[in-house]
Amino acid sequence: MESSRRKFLKVAGISAVGMSVGTRPVLDALAATGGEHGEIKSPEMVKAENALSAVHWGMVIDTRKLQTAADLEPLIEACHSIHNVPHHELKRQEIKWIWETEFQHAFPGTGTQYLNEAAQHRPFLVLCNHCQNPPCVRACPTKATFQREDGLVLMDFHRCIGCRFCMAACPFGARSFNFRDPRPFIPEINKKFPTRSKGVVEKCNFCAERLAEGKMPACVEASKGAIAFGDLDNPESEVRKLLKENYAIRRKETLGTEPSVYYIV
Amino acid sequence: MLELAIKGSKRYYGLLAVLAGIAGLGGAFWLWQLDFGLGITGMSRDVSWGFYIAQFTFLVGVAAGGVMVVLPYYLHDYKAFGRITILGEFLAIAAIVMCLLFITVDLGQPMRMLNVIFYPTPNSMLFWDMIVLNGYLFLNVVIGWNVLEAERNNTKYPSWVKILIYVSIPWAISIHTVTAYLYCGLPGRGFWLTAILAPRFLSSAFAAGPALLILLCLMIRRFTNFDPGREQIQSLAKIVTYALILNVFFFLCEVFVAFYSQIPEHMDHIKYLFVGLHGHGKLVPFMWTSMALMALAIIMLIPPRFRANETLLAISCVMVFLGTWIDKGLGMISGGFVPNPLHEINEYVPTIPELIITLGVWAAGFLVLTLLFKITVGVKEEVHA
Repeated sequence: MESSRRKFLKVAGISAVGMSVGTRPVLDALAATGGEHGEIKSPEMVKAENALSAVHWGMVIDTRKLQTAADLEPLIEACHSIHNVPHHELKRQEIKWIWETEFQHAFPGTGTQYLNEAAQHRPFLVLCNHCQNPPCVRACPTKATFQREDGLVLMDFHRCIGCRFCMAACPFGARSFNFRDPRPFIPEINKKFPTRSKGVVEKCNFCAERLAEGKMPACVEASKGAIAFGDLDNPESEVRKLLKENYAIRRKETLGTEPSVYYIV
Repeated sequence: MLELAIKGSKRYYGLLAVLAGIAGLGGAFWLWQLDFGLGITGMSRDVSWGFYIAQFTFLVGVAAGGVMVVLPYYLHDYKAFGRITILGEFLAIAAIVMCLLFITVDLGQPMRMLNVIFYPTPNSMLFWDMIVLNGYLFLNVVIGWNVLEAERNNTKYPSWVKILIYVSIPWAISIHTVTAYLYCGLPGRGFWLTAILAPRFLSSAFAAGPALLILLCLMIRRFTNFDPGREQIQSLAKIVTYALILNVFFFLCEVFVAFYSQIPEHMDHIKYLFVGLHGHGKLVPFMWTSMALMALAIIMLIPPRFRANETLLAISCVMVFLGTWIDKGLGMISGGFVPNPLHEINEYVPTIPELIITLGVWAAGFLVLTLLFKITVGVKEEVHA
């Protein structure tokens, strides 16, 4: 009795292992033959002809040109509307990709005691900095948050397991989490951009989908010249020219994350 | 040996039923959370980790604490602990089960959790955490089972188990170090960005784990025919004492660094926890309670006369467990997230559903613990009968 039960378990165990290991190559072989319906090719990614490209995308925000909260509203609205960012009632569940705050919050620990009056009362735009050395990418256990070759830090919302480690890792508080299904809270859905599900993290994506169509990011377009966007690696680009001619700062530079967003104060 | 878990007194079945009931209730609330989303908890955009991860962090420590029984016995031939290593190993199993459950209930998309295996990411500490936690669970299950079975059959366990035992010792240290590394490598979180976080985690673990083990040993002695032993409990008490003193000392070092340097980034989080910041201070009473409990426990544990009195010892252990739980399970997470990276304050308060799910996981863990300890006691009673 004992030995035949043990034998049965042995055979069952080996069969289970064999099936789990062996079915994949068999199915792959069957799939590869295809038959009359043609071969199954894996999809290729091709860049559109008019897609913008860069070695290192960066942004320069001239805060002198954005004096009031009213100046910033259309920028924020442009971003949130085309990206299907929901409007939540509860503050703790809010999702924001770009928003405005005061100098002391955008640049905490940077001398504000006798700060220039204008800078003290000016609203500052904050968003994901698409760091060159991003701690959020280092932290993500599934590479759902990843860095593209052109410097963009992007998210794969389908791979994200919602662990929120990236949110803990971000030194700029740039990331939001979908604490509930966002779809009922999107004022008007933009069908050209995906909506997210509950349980995933999201953040500014430097409008990668617009760059792919040859357009500038939505906030840049809406800023009427206050925000410049371009290739920081190209010395002739507008952003580099602005940085040559003006003194600009970045958020929390001492942390070494190398943000790609500069602020002319 | 499993049959030892299903035969017991009415009181035993009653305990199993209560624990299963609470776990089931937690499970039902988790189903609601799966449907609605993590919005049923009190977590927020700023405090994005709350009770669940706090419990996970604390329980990894309790699991690591099991090594404090294994190490003296296997590495230094402290024969007395041979009686109770199995209790430490089984406590570790129950604690790790709770850790894994807490991680699962905290995920926004738990059905995708295998992505961590499909897309291995060695630069992520969460990847390593998954490996070390599951590895430790596997080690303790295999070791515990084989050692106990051998004891039951009055024979020596197979020699390959010894290798696993030796591996489990540094592995226990690693599980809590990796968990600390989740926190202490994040550049934007000044409260956690300290080299002493891993040592502090370990010292807190070696106080909390053995303290719980002492309480469990006293209960086993009271309710069963197996006596873990007076000497064993006294040795564990010494370990708890020193570990607790280290834990408090490490914390005081943190306080010195923050307040002597006067750097706001370092001071702000401790201020928020202990005196409140900008009018926000929900955690202040809890943190001072934790400090009082730990200080009082130290006073009650140092004098050998007090330690030798098992009633006083039990009270001290409860204080140690509660004090370290508040310190790690409440203060550490909120303290790290408040104020947020923009120096704004949004406090965190857990919601009732969140607490019920938490309780459900604790009940599930204690259910596992009860079953495993029942088997252990059954074997011990058999062998000594």
